[in-house]
Amino acid sequence: MPEPLPQRPRVGLFITCLVDLLRPSIGFAAVRLLQEAGCEVTVPLAQTCCGQPAYNSGDRRDAAALARQTITAFAGFDYVVAPSGSCAGMLRLHYPRLLADDPEWAGKARAFAERVHELVSFLVDVRGLERVAARCEGRTTYHDSCSGLRELGIKDQPRRLLNSVAGLELVEMADAEVCCGFGGTFAVKYPEISNAMVQKKTDNAVAAAPHMLLAGDLGCLLNIAGKLRRERRPIAVRHVAEVLAGELADPPIGEPPAGS
Amino acid sequence: MQPTSASFKSNARAALTDRALQSALADLQAGFVARRAAVKSRLPEFEALREEGRDIRDHALANLDVYLEIYEERASAAGAKVHWAATAEDARRIVLDICREVGARLVTKGKSMISEEIALNAHLEAAGLEVVETDLGEYLLQIRRESPSHIIAPAIHLTMDQIEADFRRRHVHLARERKLADPVRLVDEARQVLREKFIRADVGITGANFLVAETGSSIIVTNEGNGDLTQSLARVHVVIASIDKVVPTLEDAAALLRLLARSATGQEFTAYTTISTGPRRPSDPDGPQAYHVVLLDNGRSELLGTPFREVLRCIRCGACMNHCPVYSAVGGQAYGWVYPGPIGAVLTPLLLGIERAGHLPNASTFCGRCESVCPVKIPLTRLMRHHRETEFEERRQRPLQRLALKAWAFLARHPGLYHVSARFLIVFLSALGRSRGAFRWLPFAGGWTRHRDFPAPQGRTFQQLWAEHQRGVSR
Repeated sequence: MPEPLPQRPRVGLFITCLVDLLRPSIGFAAVRLLQEAGCEVTVPLAQTCCGQPAYNSGDRRDAAALARQTITAFAGFDYVVAPSGSCAGMLRLHYPRLLADDPEWAGKARAFAERVHELVSFLVDVRGLERVAARCEGRTTYHDSCSGLRELGIKDQPRRLLNSVAGLELVEMADAEVCCGFGGTFAVKYPEISNAMVQKKTDNAVAAAPHMLLAGDLGCLLNIAGKLRRERRPIAVRHVAEVLAGELADPPIGEPPAGS
Repeated sequence: MQPTSASFKSNARAALTDRALQSALADLQAGFVARRAAVKSRLPEFEALREEGRDIRDHALANLDVYLEIYEERASAAGAKVHWAATAEDARRIVLDICREVGARLVTKGKSMISEEIALNAHLEAAGLEVVETDLGEYLLQIRRESPSHIIAPAIHLTMDQIEADFRRRHVHLARERKLADPVRLVDEARQVLREKFIRADVGITGANFLVAETGSSIIVTNEGNGDLTQSLARVHVVIASIDKVVPTLEDAAALLRLLARSATGQEFTAYTTISTGPRRPSDPDGPQAYHVVLLDNGRSELLGTPFREVLRCIRCGACMNHCPVYSAVGGQAYGWVYPGPIGAVLTPLLLGIERAGHLPNASTFCGRCESVCPVKIPLTRLMRHHRETEFEERRQRPLQRLALKAWAFLARHPGLYHVSARFLIVFLSALGRSRGAFRWLPFAGGWTRHRDFPAPQGRTFQQLWAEHQRGVSR
């Protein structure tokens, strides 16, 4: 047993709307990882969505209102952590821009942004985690979600932790850094283009012949899993937190519960 | 050319099923991306150079009036005739007047995006001039009467077979039984046809990659050398350039040229870099007798005081489109006008009006790959989002889409109501789909489920489960 960490930071978990609605098991995996990393985890009930659907549709007013709501809901925590590079990027980079002209909120947004982290990079970069105790057999590939990669610089952190998972063999697919075509409402507004993009992603995944595909963002995972399933490709799709926390009881994304 | 940006969606659908285009895109995309990565890895200071490039362009734009005046003064001193064109129409008229003044019949052209922007060829041809594009890609497009699909590789969407067929159709004066089915023979034939045009040309028109204030020079880069023949063999050389092309010094231009070649084609330097300052001097062995520069505004000066100013930093390397997953899916012609890809998604609505090009800034996942490679760090996603904000403010979205967004935002701004509604929605959805794991069809999400399944929710919301978990823990 390692020495207990000297301090026990208070972490507010920004659960993200997609995890809240569609895949709570990612939230529980995140809670476990944070607790194991010595954090005290709270999930404020006053949170809903980071506001990207409004922000990216040009609706700044609603986006700013949601930013203020989120900042208020997470007052008083040492850190705000989200199991998503996209939402963490919104909170960390875009809230300060969104509220920059609001004299009352600009400072608050900047102070808030400094406390925001994406889950895996928080574990590695802030909490100094080097390995996890999980076990998961099989060839695994990792898709770099755009916001995590390009807004927050998340690239090595998940791979480093995945390499410590017993039994897991990490293989790289071609163009792991290229967008999967999700893009929030993009997938519904430009379905044919989105489809062409996810088709390239799943072709690259299939070519790498993994048992499992992981990423740090549920949006991308829904898109990739949905395409793999439509094509009847036997690749299990999960959020990276599930594997790192050893929370594998639920079926992979898009697959039915065992026995049904 | 008539813009078709408004029908981006149907353009894109057609492009996605065009097999020749798809295979051309796959090859080219991979080539450009890999070559840029390789050349970048050999230049450790590349990232610092990007910052320098951004600063040079920002400084030039912040003092554009000053540098344009210096440029005009120095260029005039070297014997150039500088013309100011506020609009595309002005620019077309000025160029045609120059051609008429010298009694021109044949005009050769180097590659110029500004000439595409102002639709110069059609205007000159309508006035009875013979106009010949001399960049191989542009020449192919000209004989096919097509618009460019890429800003530095305009004909990348064409296959060798298509080119051979076009040459046979067009070059009827050449022997019918000649062999053509390889790139070298095609280039030889183009060279043979074009050489005669270069020699006979009265006026040679080129664009400019940069205008240098300190010396009054214009700079063009090419890999074919066609630009040099265009501008030095004709009696009159006309440069057409937008006002944002000016940089203060030759040293600034040199820094930008290092960025340009690496970002564009993955070369350390383009094969030909040509600096022109005025017409032929008495001691020069060759060169044009007259040298004109047409400086086009076409709405750019109005952008200077707006958040869109940063788009004027662009040095037209094409790296954003080479790295764009949307561009690589649909190609450049789907964008419906002169500038495709992310730079087009920002620039086209500014030049044509958001009402004619609203799709372009919307057809992006904001993946950010474009701005991560942009040599002058234009915040392309931020500027695309800005267009969306304009559309939202002007209520240009479809009413149903707007209503859905507003309803969702109302819920999201009322957490209590949101969580109760979420609970019901999820119980309902998972009752329908959980046993199969995913939906093959969902109402209001046909765009999604036409191409992929939608994973079913796990059963209850996290907040609901967490509340129960907390109660269990505290008991």
